[in-house]
This record gives sequence, structure tokens and C-alpha cells, in this order.
Amino acid sequence: MERFAALLDALVYTRSRNAKLEQLAAYLRETPDPDRGWALAALTDGIAVPAVKASTVRNLMRERVDPELWTLSRDYVGDSAETASLLWPEPATSAETPAPPPSVCEAVETLFAMTRANVMSELPRLLDRLDAEGRYALLKLATGAMRIGISARLAKTAFAQAFGVALEDVEEHWHGQTPPYTALFDWAARGAPAPDTGDLPLFRPFMLAHPLEAETLDLADYAAEWKWDGIRVQTVRAPGESGRGETRLYSRSGDDISASFPEIVAALDIEAVLDGELLVRGSHQGGDEGGAASFNALQQRLGRKTVSKAMRRDFPAFVRLYDILQLEGEDLRALPWTQRRARLEALIPRLDPDHFDLSALIAAPDFAALAALRETARDAAIEGVMLKARTSPYLAGRKTGLWYKWKRDPLRIDCVLMYAQRGSGKRSSFYSDFTFGCWDGDPDAGAELLPVGKAYFGFTDEELKWLDRHVRSHTVNRFGPVRETDRSLVLEVAFDSVHQSRRHKSGLAMRFPRISRIRADKPAHEADRIAALRALVRD
Amino acid sequence: MTARDFAWIRPEPWGLHIVPADCWVDPARAVDRALVTHGHADHARGGHGQTFATPETLAIMKLRYATSHGAVPVAYGETIALPGNVRATWIPAGHVLGSAQILLEHTGERVVVTGDFKRRPDPTCAPFEVTPCDVLITEATFGLPVFRHPPVEHEIARLTRALAVHPDRCVLVGAYALGKAQRLIAELRRAGHDRTIWLHGAIAPMCQLYEDFGIALGSLALVSQAPSREAMAGEVVIAPPSALADRWSRRLPEPITAMASGWMRVRQRARQRGVELPLILSDHADWDELTRTVTEVAPRETWITHGREEAMLRWCELNQKKARALALVGYEDENEEA
Repeated sequence: MERFAALLDALVYTRSRNAKLEQLAAYLRETPDPDRGWALAALTDGIAVPAVKASTVRNLMRERVDPELWTLSRDYVGDSAETASLLWPEPATSAETPAPPPSVCEAVETLFAMTRANVMSELPRLLDRLDAEGRYALLKLATGAMRIGISARLAKTAFAQAFGVALEDVEEHWHGQTPPYTALFDWAARGAPAPDTGDLPLFRPFMLAHPLEAETLDLADYAAEWKWDGIRVQTVRAPGESGRGETRLYSRSGDDISASFPEIVAALDIEAVLDGELLVRGSHQGGDEGGAASFNALQQRLGRKTVSKAMRRDFPAFVRLYDILQLEGEDLRALPWTQRRARLEALIPRLDPDHFDLSALIAAPDFAALAALRETARDAAIEGVMLKARTSPYLAGRKTGLWYKWKRDPLRIDCVLMYAQRGSGKRSSFYSDFTFGCWDGDPDAGAELLPVGKAYFGFTDEELKWLDRHVRSHTVNRFGPVRETDRSLVLEVAFDSVHQSRRHKSGLAMRFPRISRIRADKPAHEADRIAALRALVRD
Repeated sequence: MTARDFAWIRPEPWGLHIVPADCWVDPARAVDRALVTHGHADHARGGHGQTFATPETLAIMKLRYATSHGAVPVAYGETIALPGNVRATWIPAGHVLGSAQILLEHTGERVVVTGDFKRRPDPTCAPFEVTPCDVLITEATFGLPVFRHPPVEHEIARLTRALAVHPDRCVLVGAYALGKAQRLIAELRRAGHDRTIWLHGAIAPMCQLYEDFGIALGSLALVSQAPSREAMAGEVVIAPPSALADRWSRRLPEPITAMASGWMRVRQRARQRGVELPLILSDHADWDELTRTVTEVAPRETWITHGREEAMLRWCELNQKKARALALVGYEDENEEA
């Protein structure tokens, strides 16, 4: 438990992603089973301990500490588990040697064995064996609220780093495993065979694309498709534990989003693993022929635990299929793209047409013709073009030379720097997060700047130093880590698209804004107006 | 039975007024006659007509204000007679070099002003002495039961472990220039760390002063004189807290930002400061030391100043001890020297 408590604190205080990865990887490498597996579960999904609730901790403390002192302390610290860990009375030193701190596994098993009836006497016995850091870790673990910024993705990356295995393999084998993940550690740390996941509807890692940097490609070697703007999903159907068939829908990160899209899950009755884009019916992308609404429409459906009939009616979702990984027990991933494509096309007539269609290939005789078609993509509100090597197997991750995304060129607009915030980690001494705005009218006639976006990349290290100096010498106001500047600097901002948004005062929100150029040469009043940005909206 | 109201000592917003002697303890503004407990700027202001303090405190004030006008040195244990039949004695408080409690006696009544104090051993200053009295005027900077400082060895071990784990980085510790920095150095030495410790320019003069008073701090050097950035890898660097996130720190090799303060006990406080390695190292009494001191001194009344009076008042109430809170201004509450 001490090592886990130290890890927890280190993760709390570390801001850099790489340093978090290193700490987590070292812990996973050095800690024995099953402690490391339980720790991993606690850090990612949390461990549900039915007998311990947030109120349990309060009630325990009420028995030991004056209520007024508890309230004063809790208000100051701001976190009940932390307050309790600090206020917990050290057990009186007795002649008998105190029990040593529990291992994570012992703590978890003891917690699981507690009942509502005995938790008030059993939990103190565990707390008495720990120091303040240990008590904090135990209470956080028991109440399932870590909130220390460890995503499942980060945990898997750390796991891969710890044992020198491929992240894609970790993602593939992770699914279907339950804490303390002993089979997974046996595979990665001891070279045992990968866990047998047989008939479960599990996630397979996606094949991803690199941005196209070459000037041209031979379309005899590469097939072209439109790049649709939804979310990449994997639809998986397998016999499941019941043997009667189970379907799951996974996002690109491997999160199970089946509950948000029950109609898709219900629509697949063939055992298969399908790769595609989740979209909502409409005519925004590619007109009637494109048949897909904007990303904003899809957003109405994302992240919901339950879906109303009205939601399903107003935002009907479907999957536009790009690829097929498995069909009726046969793994197709090693086949060249052309053969997988043929299998996918042959499958389409067997699928429910309301919920699955095929991503069409773009018929272009050569690359120049494709480039010309891509030029029209913005008018059709399509994100860009995908290029796939015809010989390409389906490989996890981003492999060079096989798949390319060729996004349309970014939009650009000149904005004025308004606020800057200090970064974190290596950038903690630099003002590196920039908020910028456009004029809401004629700046020479008293117009004001309204914030239109925020960006923290796009610049070089040298440019960052320059920007940091600019912020420090042009500050007019400070709000904690934020500085307001004198609004004298013009920044050229590149972005993929701009949308209506009620969340911003300007009524607009950019997608993927980044600083493309510092325009120190341009006077602030010559920066663009909100109207110019609004004209680029294609909602 | 004589009613005692201790009217001869009166808390005013800018300090404690000793009425018959017309002098002030740690006044927040210039007065004719000041009795100063220790050298931190919020207690030892400049510009008084006369300043009574220990020789160490006076030397610290001279370093700060470049003048020793009106300085009257008083050694620990020495009693001086003040006008109005008031006697004052300086007693070690264990806070920083030269820090004192001041015992005030008048018409048979004894009042002890603790100033800032701690009860833990500190190799850079004389230890706190329990002094019986009628009224104990105590600080309460860490007057909340969540503040229980861990043993200093524990925190020093965390610092040296960080050095060992990251040999290519340095540990940059934010520590107040008077007291905390020197105690940190002395504790590192006690733990066997004998390498050169690198200092920000604002820390060095106070270290020299400590050395002049016979507190050995070992090999020290200025960061500005380091041969290269790489030479700082694996070393301890000490700077005032304000320099941690400043451009100054860019000259260091990927510093692990640490902060030595009692406030580091609370995670959110440490996170707000962007600290990676919070070291819970305080020159103030923690909750257990504060309550233990009230119990051991056993005064008739406890007056509580600068800090979290509410929780201390509640504790006194629960333990049937007479207490009141004084609203003195001018002492930094959430200051960096804690």
C-alpha cells in the first residue's frame, strides 16, 4: 500500500504526461501480482466497494473528531478523503507490535468483504495500519474517486512501456480481462501466451493514417475515399458468454459506447468486426448524395447513457463502413486491402441498410483529378480524402506508407492576442496557452475584441520564447496564472472549420485552432472581424 | 480575589501595546520603542526609535534595512527594565536564528508572547523553552487539526531520493530566505548530503549571516557561478518561492520543483503552486505542538493571534481552557515563510 500511496501522490503532483507514464510504468514493473493489477484497476476504472460510501467516511470521522473541527478542516482542505486521512487519530502505541500496512490486494479483499453492518468497525482497523499517505490512498481507492487524470489510454501506454510490448497488442488483449489482470501481466511480463479471449465481442486496435506529405501518389497503388467527419467506430459481434451473440460498439480509444447507440447494436446480426465512421443522417456533408449531417449533429448523441425515442428520431445514427477485420470467425486482417474491400462489398447486401452503408471509393483517373475533386470538398463540407495502399494489410496503429489522410487546407484568420496562461511541465515557466479574438465591428469606430478561440500549439520553440517575452512585457492585468495583454499583437490562426456555438460570446467555435504565424508586422486594428469568421461557417 | 483583566497589555490592530512602558511588541508600523521577537519582515519592521531584540535578530534587521539605528541587543535569558515598572525577558522560541518569546512582567502578572515558534529540534536555532505565565499569547499559523507535520528526516529522505532517482535533473527547492533555507541546508548536512548546495542570489547573504553566528552550512555556491547547466544535474538548488516559476529557473537542467513549507501538507495547495515535490517542512508549530504548548504552559488565559483562531478557540473550549482571539493585522497569514 505504501508504494501505491507514493505512486498516487507522484501522479497527483506530476503534470507532464511523459513523467506520469514513467512513474506508472516503473510501478507496474516493480510491483508483484496481484497488487499491480488492483492498483491499475483503481487508477483507471475504479474499484466499486459496495460497503464504503462517501457518507461512511464522514460518519467515521464524526465518531472521532469534534464536528466543528471536522467542518473547519474539511472546508480548508476541500476533500473529505484527504481531510480524514490527515485527521485520523494515530493509534495509541501499545506493547504489541502494530500490524504492518496491508498490501493493495489485502486492502481490496478486506474492503470487498466488508458489509454495511461491519464497515464502521472494519474500516478503522485498516486505517490504523497506515500513515497519512496510506490512509488517503485507501480512502480514495474505497470511495472510487481518484480523479488524478489517468485515462485508460495512458494506463495502457504505461503498461506497454513497462514491459516493452506493443501498445496495439496491449489494447487487443486488455479487452475482456478483469482486475487484477493476472493473465495480462503473465503475458507481458513473463512471456506467457496471450489471454484466450475466444468468443467475446472485444475491441481490436484501429489502423490509423498519417497526414499526406508527398506531392503525389499513384492511384494504381492507392485507393481514395472521402474522409467523413463523424467518429471512428468499431462494431463487433461475437457469440459472447451466452453463446447467443453479443454486439458492442467501440470508439477509437476502445471505450464501449454501445449504450448511446442501441439501434446500431440491435442492427447487426452477423458475427463480424467492422471499421467505419459513425454519422447522423442528413445532407450537410456531401449533400443528399453524401447523406451525413454535420459533426455537431452527431455530438447531440454522444456521451448519453440512455437515448430517448425523440433523440433517435431527430438524430438517426448509422455507420459508414470503411473496412472489415473479421467475418464469421475468420480473421481477415492479414489480407490485402483489395481483398478485404471485396469481402466488405459482398457483405453489404446482408446488412441492415438503415444502419450500415458503404464508404464509396472516389472515381478519379489520376492524382491531379483527385486533387481537383478534393478542392471541391470544402464546398461540400467534407473534411478531406483518405488514401489507402491497395496491398495494405489491416495493422494496428499508424504505419508509414500504408494509409494517408489528406485533409483540405486549413482556413486562416488574423486575430489579436488577448490573454495568455502559463503552461505546465516543461512549459511551466512559459506563457504558452493563448486566447485570441476578432473585432465585433470597425475597430476605428469603437468596436471591441471578442474571444474566438484558444490555442497552445503551432509555434516553434523559438517563437514560444518570443511570445513569452511579448506577454511578460505587454501585461495589463493578472488573474492568477492568466495574464491579460495590451491587445497589440496579431496572430495568424489556422483552423479546420468553424461552427456556431452558444458557449462563446462571439457565437463561434473553431475546430483545431493553432497559431500559424506571428504577425508582429500587422497593426491590431487590421486584424479580422467576427463577420469574416462567421462567413466561414458551414453548419 | 483580585480581578485580573491584564489591562496593561492591549491588543491594537498594528501590534501589542504595553501601556505603562509605552512600547510595542512586533509593531506593524514605526513606533518609538519596539520589542521584536524575530527577524521575519512581518514582525521586524524598520524605522523604530529603539528596537529591543536578540543580537541575531538585530543583525538580520541590519542586513535587511542597512541600518542599526536604535538597536538594543538583549541576550536570551536577559531581563531588561522598561518604564512603568515593566520587565521584559527574551526566551528562545525555536523558530529561526535569534527568535524569541518575550516574557512581560508587571504588578506580579506574567504575559508570554510566543512570536512565531516551533517545538521540534532545529540545528540552526536554540530550542523553545516552556515558560509558565498567566496569559499566553500564541501564534496559530497551523491552527487546524489537519496540520500535523511529519518528522523532518522523512521529508529530507524524500528530497534525497528524488535526487537519486533523477540523476540528470536537479531539485529546485523553494524556501524562504530567512530560516527555512538554512534549516533545510543544515538538515541535508545532518542526513549526510555533503555536496555543494547551489543558491539563488537572494538566499546567499542570509546563509553568510548564519555562518557568522557559528551555524556551519558546508559548501555553498551561487547558481550564477555554476560552470554549466549540466553541472547542476543531480544537485540541490535553493531559491525563494517567488523564483520557482520565474524565468530564472530556465538556467537549470529540467528542475524538479520542490517547495519546503507546512502548507504542502494539503495536496491542493501544493498543486496550485505547480510543485512536483512538496516537502512538509515548517518553522511553525503544528496542531499537536500548539495544543501541547497550551497544555504545558497552562496559562490562565490563552490569546490567539495570526492564524486559524477558530479551530484553536474550539479546542480550548472543548478542553475547558479560557481563550480569546486577537485580531492583529499586518502578519502574513498564508505567507511563504511558513
